[in-house]
Amino acid sequence: MSVKRDSFSVSLTVGAYGSAFGAAAVAANFSVLQTCLLSLLLFSGASQFAVVGVIAAGGTPISAIATSTLLGTRNGLYGLRLAPILKLHGWRRFLGAHLTIDESTGVALAQNKDDDMRRGFWYTGVGVFIFWNLFTLAGALGAQAIGDPAAWGLDAAVPAAFLGLLWPRLTDRKAWVLAGFAILLALSLTPLVPAGVPIISCALLAVIIGWRR
Amino acid sequence: MSTFWIAVIGSSALAFTTKFLGASVPQSALGHPRALRINNLVPIALLTALVAVSTFADKSRLVLDNRALGISVAVVLLIAKAPFPLVVVGAALTSALAYRYF
Repeated sequence: MSVKRDSFSVSLTVGAYGSAFGAAAVAANFSVLQTCLLSLLLFSGASQFAVVGVIAAGGTPISAIATSTLLGTRNGLYGLRLAPILKLHGWRRFLGAHLTIDESTGVALAQNKDDDMRRGFWYTGVGVFIFWNLFTLAGALGAQAIGDPAAWGLDAAVPAAFLGLLWPRLTDRKAWVLAGFAILLALSLTPLVPAGVPIISCALLAVIIGWRR
Repeated sequence: MSTFWIAVIGSSALAFTTKFLGASVPQSALGHPRALRINNLVPIALLTALVAVSTFADKSRLVLDNRALGISVAVVLLIAKAPFPLVVVGAALTSALAYRYF
């Protein structure tokens, strides 16, 4: 079954990436428990990295929460898009909502028949959830076992992870222009305002550039 | 409650709320093209800012250190279409070597 195969390969590759998250979170002084809870409860890669990135940069919890939530708004739109296909009620809607992420949505929407879409969503959602959490734990324990994070390059793994998430989105000129301005704004604000604020301020650039077509 | 716990619990609660609202609001909310456009751009803006800050900031100072070298390697690997894990490992390895020998 190609739906099964797609779901499995996506789950394993993306899940393995959880080890980078686990290691990065522990390197940023989150406990192993807190790190694992982020993967279990937040369960959205970019938002999880954002929480860790903002706190590691010295930001307040509020700016970490705000950045992570803004990054997670796309999951809400995925849910909106998937609702008429999944048709979930009761506890299934809770479960389905929790598993609504880039990968489960991507595999679901890549299918042609409604039935395959539903299977793609559930297989991938559950698969990524399992592997992502297992690898998070492995990464967290691994990072805890080694000492100085910089000696192992974990301080560079965080920006590299963000870059890996960003790269596939840089598909047109508008995206590159926005990225250029975001670098300028974030770095020029860094010495001037409290940590975390330079990052969330860049959301304004998205509004300005997205306002016109 | 510590900074870490507030961040973990707050962000998790809001992440689920966002997902659940998306699955529950009426379809007519599937919105205005402008809102959709902005929503597609927000991750680009935030992720870019996160790349920049986590590469070049040390608290409120801008610095050029081993991380910049690591991220340069990541860019090269991405241009060469390397898979995700290799990009992260490549950046980490480069940064670790730079940290050790410079």
